[in-house]
Amino acid sequence: MSLTDSRTLRIVLFEGQGSEPLDPATRFETASALLTEGFSVSRTDAGEAVSPTDRQSLLVLGNFAGGQAPPFPAVDGNVSAEDIDELPIDGILALARSRQESQDAFPHGDWKPWFPVIDYDRCTNCMQCLSFCLFGVYGVDDDNRLEVRNNDSCKTNCPACSRVCPEAAIMFPKYRSGPINGDQVNAADLNREKMKIDISSLLGGDVYQLLRDRSEKAKSRFAKERSPDKALNERKKCLTKLAQTGDIPEEVLMSLPSPEEIQLRAREAAQKADDARNAIANNNGN
Amino acid sequence: MEVNPRLLYCNCTYAKVVPRATAAGVLRKLCDSEASFDAVADLCEMSARNDPMLQEMARGGPIKIAACFPRAVHWLFSAANAPLDRESTEVVNLRSDSVDEAVDKLFRPGLQPNLPLESPPAAAPEKES
Repeated sequence: MSLTDSRTLRIVLFEGQGSEPLDPATRFETASALLTEGFSVSRTDAGEAVSPTDRQSLLVLGNFAGGQAPPFPAVDGNVSAEDIDELPIDGILALARSRQESQDAFPHGDWKPWFPVIDYDRCTNCMQCLSFCLFGVYGVDDDNRLEVRNNDSCKTNCPACSRVCPEAAIMFPKYRSGPINGDQVNAADLNREKMKIDISSLLGGDVYQLLRDRSEKAKSRFAKERSPDKALNERKKCLTKLAQTGDIPEEVLMSLPSPEEIQLRAREAAQKADDARNAIANNNGN
Repeated sequence: MEVNPRLLYCNCTYAKVVPRATAAGVLRKLCDSEASFDAVADLCEMSARNDPMLQEMARGGPIKIAACFPRAVHWLFSAANAPLDRESTEVVNLRSDSVDEAVDKLFRPGLQPNLPLESPPAAAPEKES
């Protein structure tokens, strides 16, 4: 979901004219609590610049003289002010939540922000990620350049597409290690990435091919032994191995659709990548 | 007259890949100072949601951003149609710096741009027939 057309709420700790400065401990506790709840917070005494605020609702908090907030300049959004002198943190959070609700502002925090970020300085538009991803995360823009189209479709904690990128151009900033987390890419990283693709090839083309093969074997075993438990165990064992070798969360592998559906999606993804590559080739030829 | 860079702090609320002690330590030092600053819960979420606030931050002039790796921060803003100016942005990496190192960088005068330099992409590989 995009917030381009939605309202967001920003909290301002105002310590300028007409208010008493917050003591540093209160400032920290207030900011920390609000950030933990997903709010953006600005601290200002109006003497230095903070970022401009023309598309947000503002909730201005402060220890205002006489409990009365000074008039604030109008901005393109609703501004309200509340005196927080002697108000406990819970009360401040309640104020912020109430303001968020009354302004119909976006409630943050219902989704762990896990999605690929493309380093276009490195991306060669080879479309391997688009071909690989079965969840429709990738697409191409009007210029047939790779883009991340559906952030919400990405499987949390799964960095698989970054593993198939030959240029280490795909980052997951929440990932634990580099270069996938955005750390600098060095030659050793590139060799390691290539090696992973080679391993994948040795296993049967790609991890999805491996899944299909394993699934067929499991089916065969099921047919011979007529034991659904054994077949299921076999599948789980193979998926666990994939999770360990490919760094793909087991829950992601377990949530994959049927082998037939996987094949269908893989064909569709490959077709999308082919179409984009062909379009680029045609444009270059013209 | 040289303009003081704005300060932006990311709390990495939704994944906590920044060490909590580092994040809290830097926020505490910001709050102990008399500096104005912006703080956001999580730049990743804002980027994923194309939060317009990123555009406002990107176009506001020189800025120091306390978050994570400069390459990640650069492309997170870019993904939200909020490209950062390479000449007037310094990213302080809370995943690798200590509290003292990060605070020194945030409060030292001026700005040392450190976004990755633009490099021409390599040629796309030939399509297999």
